[in-house]
Amino acid sequence: MKQDIILSGVGGQGILSIATIIGEAATQAGLTLKQAEVHGMSQRGGDVQSNLRLADGPIASDLITAGTADMILSLEPMEALRYLPYLDKEGWVITSSSPFKNIPNYPADEDWSAALKALPHVVMVDVEALAREHAMPKCANVILLGAAARFLNILTVEQLRGSVARIFAAKGEAVVEMNQRAFDIGHDAALVE
Amino acid sequence: MEKKLLLGDEAIALGAIHAGIRGVYAYPGTPSTEITEYIQRHPLARERGLHSTWCTNEKTAVEAALGVSYAGGRVIACMKHVGLNVAADAFVNSAITGVNGGMIVIVADDPSMHSSQNEQDSRFYGKFSLMPVLEPSTQQEAYDMMEYGFELSEREKLPVLMRIVMRLAHSRAAVTVKDSASDVQALPCAKDPASWVLLPANSRRKYAALVEQQPRLEELAAKAPYTRYEPSDKKKPMGILACGIGYNYVEEVKEAKSCFNVLKITQYPLPVSLVRQLAEDSNGILVVEDGQPFAEELVKGMLSADYPVKGRLTGDLPRTGELTPDSVATAMGHQPVRFFEMPKEVVSRPPALCQGCGHRDVYTALNEVVKDYPNARVFADIGCYTLGALPPFRAIDTCLDMGASITMAKGAADAGVFPAIAVIGDSTFTHSGMTGLLDAVNDKAQITVIISDNLTTAMTGGQDSAGTNKFEAICLGLGVEPEHVRVVVPLPKNMEEITRILREEIEYKGVSVVIPRRECIQTLNRKLKQKRAEKKS
Ligand SMILES: Cc1ncc(C[n+]2csc(CCOP(=O)(O)OP(=O)(O)O)c2C)c(N)n1
Ligand code: SF4
Repeated sequence: MKQDIILSGVGGQGILSIATIIGEAATQAGLTLKQAEVHGMSQRGGDVQSNLRLADGPIASDLITAGTADMILSLEPMEALRYLPYLDKEGWVITSSSPFKNIPNYPADEDWSAALKALPHVVMVDVEALAREHAMPKCANVILLGAAARFLNILTVEQLRGSVARIFAAKGEAVVEMNQRAFDIGHDAALVE
Repeated sequence: MEKKLLLGDEAIALGAIHAGIRGVYAYPGTPSTEITEYIQRHPLARERGLHSTWCTNEKTAVEAALGVSYAGGRVIACMKHVGLNVAADAFVNSAITGVNGGMIVIVADDPSMHSSQNEQDSRFYGKFSLMPVLEPSTQQEAYDMMEYGFELSEREKLPVLMRIVMRLAHSRAAVTVKDSASDVQALPCAKDPASWVLLPANSRRKYAALVEQQPRLEELAAKAPYTRYEPSDKKKPMGILACGIGYNYVEEVKEAKSCFNVLKITQYPLPVSLVRQLAEDSNGILVVEDGQPFAEELVKGMLSADYPVKGRLTGDLPRTGELTPDSVATAMGHQPVRFFEMPKEVVSRPPALCQGCGHRDVYTALNEVVKDYPNARVFADIGCYTLGALPPFRAIDTCLDMGASITMAKGAADAGVFPAIAVIGDSTFTHSGMTGLLDAVNDKAQITVIISDNLTTAMTGGQDSAGTNKFEAICLGLGVEPEHVRVVVPLPKNMEEITRILREEIEYKGVSVVIPRRECIQTLNRKLKQKRAEKKS
């Protein structure tokens, strides 16, 4: 069994924090993992992506082959579309629906949303709005992870939820609780979708 | 034995600590920076007092590392590929002096130029200087190769080049590491001027010995623990010669093991014996290497002219750019299927200077002033401020290599360009700008140098900058007139003052230096966060 995930977003949104949580859960579960990260130039408000590969056996390549990604997990809707050539025909796109418009020629809202809605397996969650609504401004990433949890077949929802607790443990009980709540909010939002 | 999730860079760092280094000498550069940063943070490195502060540039780093080796310690020097150009003089000559304590120079190449000006392949430097070269394919090999590399270096009395690529440097995987580190190695200090004083008489003898050593180095490369020949059961199938991480992309193709003879290369000089064996067992060779067609050209030279060799030179793999599992699979006859295309609405999203960055105010002021000088040229340099090339600023005309702003401006001024303005960052100035400024002062060149000082090396993640608090003194020491060293604070409210000073200094017939100084907001925020966290606990 394997799960190839492309994480995408805009520099500064913190896609690597999601990778860290999934990676911790995978390691705890005894899975193999490879994760190609982005550092350097690409981080100043440019597009960023990371390849996260999980498997129950050895993994050769650090990068995902075109047409084989099981999931695109994106903190930004246009950035989700950028990596479609990597998506397997049965793959899922789980994306934030809040555009990050730091360029003058950002596509029209109806265009990017139509392109996303045309996909066979897509979940769009307005994680920014949910984060604001529940007064947890820093938790948009964890809300998105919660939304993806059901579709990450190689890990259970409980394994991921446990990892959220362990990753934030050093920051105290309150932070752990808030992030687990964020995770649940995302999880439930994806159920409605 | 313990398993740790490590970046390739971190695996190298930990491997070096565990092999008992005295220290790391480095100048930051993507994708090599995390090697040194890992050592800086590591408790054992602190406990042992290992050297890990940043050097002023790559040349000082390699020279200092060689000094440690001379004194009998194990040592690494780390840099990005273009850093090796800066260190080349020391590097190439260190193969002639040879080493005492083990020394590994780790160079991170950047195929596809994710954060670089070119995609030069450091293996050429290894061949050029006749040094052994290691090229790990995985994070685990990177870790294991440190101990191995030091033993190789000490046995052969040569520095060893370890070449990695961005994908390995910045990819994380589980690495099995030793439970305890070897002691810090300490051989007796060298005392052998006939080896270490490179007068022609000594150099000729040492160089001849180095050339004579090559067949043995090649034999060692053929027997290297991570180099492997995996013949398939098929009779005379296609052969693949895969270097470093190229091997992973080959392995990613399910049919690789059964349908191809695969020769995995992790050490150079490229062993002729293995290449000939592969050629004999196969009906052709596909060379899979991340970087320039280094091995491909060598393989061609080792075989008869009509033997089919495929790779980047033949177009079976793209001539430029990083290898991908897609391009390798395609070259192996297994083109991946795409189910979805990128919609045409998707546009590129280039990086930009952070909001509130002082470089922004510098460019706003400079653009305002330059408006009045239609022939002005702005010679810039390498750092965050290179992003001033992009809209909305479009403020710079050139960027070549670290330090070239001042020297190119000087040359252009010599040839009649007015105003010739240089824009350089603080870390770049101490890396390679100071010597050029001395040239300009000695020639009384009419240039204006803007040292945009954000108190850090921001582009690579905010490392300490060697010249912080010393810039005025350096400029005065180099002979810039005191009244033409001007410091300003780049903030919108100071725009009137900054533009006035720029105009005055452009009009001055000699070398003037304007230093806009305000801390990078990213490092500032990080410090504030740290302070808050410290207060809490
Ligand atoms: C020879 C060489 N070494 C290292 C690098 C990597 N590098 C690019 S910019 C930079 C530092 C820039 O620092 P500074 O001049 O202070 O400008 P800032 O990014 O802080 O604005 C470094 C280390 C390089 N491009 N070339
Ligand atoms: S990291 Fe610092 S120097 Fe670089 S653009 Fe951002 S604020 Fe400016």
